[in-house]
Amino acid sequence: MLNSQSIRADFPILSRQVHGKPLVYLDNAATSQKPEAVIQAMDDYYRRYNANIHRGVHTLAEEATAAYEDARRKVGRFINARSPREVVFVRNTTEAINLVAHSWGRANLRQGDVIILTEMEHHSNLVPWQLLAQTTGAQLEFVALDAQGRLLLGHPTPPGSGHSLDHLLAANGERVKLVGVTGMSNVLGTVNPITDIARRVHDAGALLLVDGAQSVPHLPVDVRAIDADFLAFSGHKMLGPTGIGVLWGRSAILEAMPPFLGGGDMIKSVGLLSSEWNELPHKFEAGTPNVADAIGLAAAVDYLTGLGMDQVHAHEQDLAAYALDRLAAVPDLHIYGPPAIERGGVVSFNLIKDGELLIHPHDLASILDHEGIAIRAGHHCAQPLVEHYGVPAMARASFYIYNLEQEIDTLVEALLKARHIFGLP
Amino acid sequence: MDDFYREEILEHYTHPHHYGILECPDISHEEHNPLCGDRVRFDIDLDDDGQTVKDVRFSGVGCAISKASASMLSDLIVGKKLDDIKALTKEDVMDELGLNLGPVRLKCALLPLKVVKAGVYGLSGDADQASDDEAQDDW
Repeated sequence: MLNSQSIRADFPILSRQVHGKPLVYLDNAATSQKPEAVIQAMDDYYRRYNANIHRGVHTLAEEATAAYEDARRKVGRFINARSPREVVFVRNTTEAINLVAHSWGRANLRQGDVIILTEMEHHSNLVPWQLLAQTTGAQLEFVALDAQGRLLLGHPTPPGSGHSLDHLLAANGERVKLVGVTGMSNVLGTVNPITDIARRVHDAGALLLVDGAQSVPHLPVDVRAIDADFLAFSGHKMLGPTGIGVLWGRSAILEAMPPFLGGGDMIKSVGLLSSEWNELPHKFEAGTPNVADAIGLAAAVDYLTGLGMDQVHAHEQDLAAYALDRLAAVPDLHIYGPPAIERGGVVSFNLIKDGELLIHPHDLASILDHEGIAIRAGHHCAQPLVEHYGVPAMARASFYIYNLEQEIDTLVEALLKARHIFGLP
Repeated sequence: MDDFYREEILEHYTHPHHYGILECPDISHEEHNPLCGDRVRFDIDLDDDGQTVKDVRFSGVGCAISKASASMLSDLIVGKKLDDIKALTKEDVMDELGLNLGPVRLKCALLPLKVVKAGVYGLSGDADQASDDEAQDDW
């Protein structure tokens, strides 16, 4: 069991007030707050050993290089990578997926090849593949969802539903080159069975890319156990700073890929007309990298490791279960997605009656803000998914290690107050 | 500084052992360090058994650390079995050098070992194993 009360003391921002009320921060799927240890680690770098890395031989450069490469090792161990060489630092999940689409995709995809995605993907695992499809002539196919917001994996699918993963793999055969799927939906909270999906994808001879933006911060993720080929995630959603993210890939696949961006640090030797690429992971890290934020991410990984990712996940499942239970007391409140046991700490909902929104999520979010509560409203960068449910937008509360049951009580009270403001009984 | 560029290192640098090239070596391998431009080549002759290092020469351009490391390593591998060379670790080289280096200079010190192991593994058609060994060291 996490002791969220004592955890809260590590997060300076949680003591602030918003509109005169204590901050209730329930927008963790968008970005997490940062503990003192993360802020300190970056501050320490800038105050004590700021230097460019890999080149300089002076003490500051040695210390900065050691800290940056230690950060890579920490992140690698956190996801159980086989080697730190498999860990490429990028800006965020989006850049990681764009790297794969651009570098692996352009080298390996031909006209008529197929990439399978799902209907629950974030735009970051959708748009890069659309761009790739436009340039290569590859086509995109989508795994459909069941009524509970779970992916359809096997045959047969219920009548009237879209295609299952197995169907799409079988129907497209060897033309399927890659499957991209989120580890956990940022809208529905659905935790996808990645190991099962990886087996199906590999049996069909394709590669699997996992968008870990929501799963890596909230669940234990072991790249060897899930047997994926690529995993992308962001530092800022897991207590770390913005501007640092990770692409993990199998080293043999990364080795065979051409570079993404060209420049300094990614080369072994340079001529005027051609160059030889540096070894992994540096081949994919052109230019001065984000040293400070990598160091901050390492501090975040230490913090999460100290808590235990099993405990983090259990805490969020408890909060999700509590939220589903308490929100049911709000009239006309509809919750999207699977039962608590199959989801992480994300709950999207609407006040809706006979298919009509009673209060638009943006209005809800503004009213809640005046109660000090931060939630997200909109399409959550997953427009096709939200449209799938026939609504223009959803409200979303998302939890992390420092959230308390009493904050969910505050949310419920504020929702009842919103109904009152809108003249709903 | 006295500690760092101690006499033994400077001696190996100014008078490197086994410096040069071999005419028709059984193994010849070269690599470079993109960070500072060090370039190291090792030529190795084997005994008739094909398993024991009979003679070795190294050549290239580099800093005192990489050159001293190459020179010491050349002493270390003469007369050694190839399997023993495959088992050499970065600690073995660092023990010889007797230096405590940060990550940037460590690359200089370990380049010769990388070259030798890649050459030896390359001979047995197992070039990937060299980088696997190195990847293990990365943790």
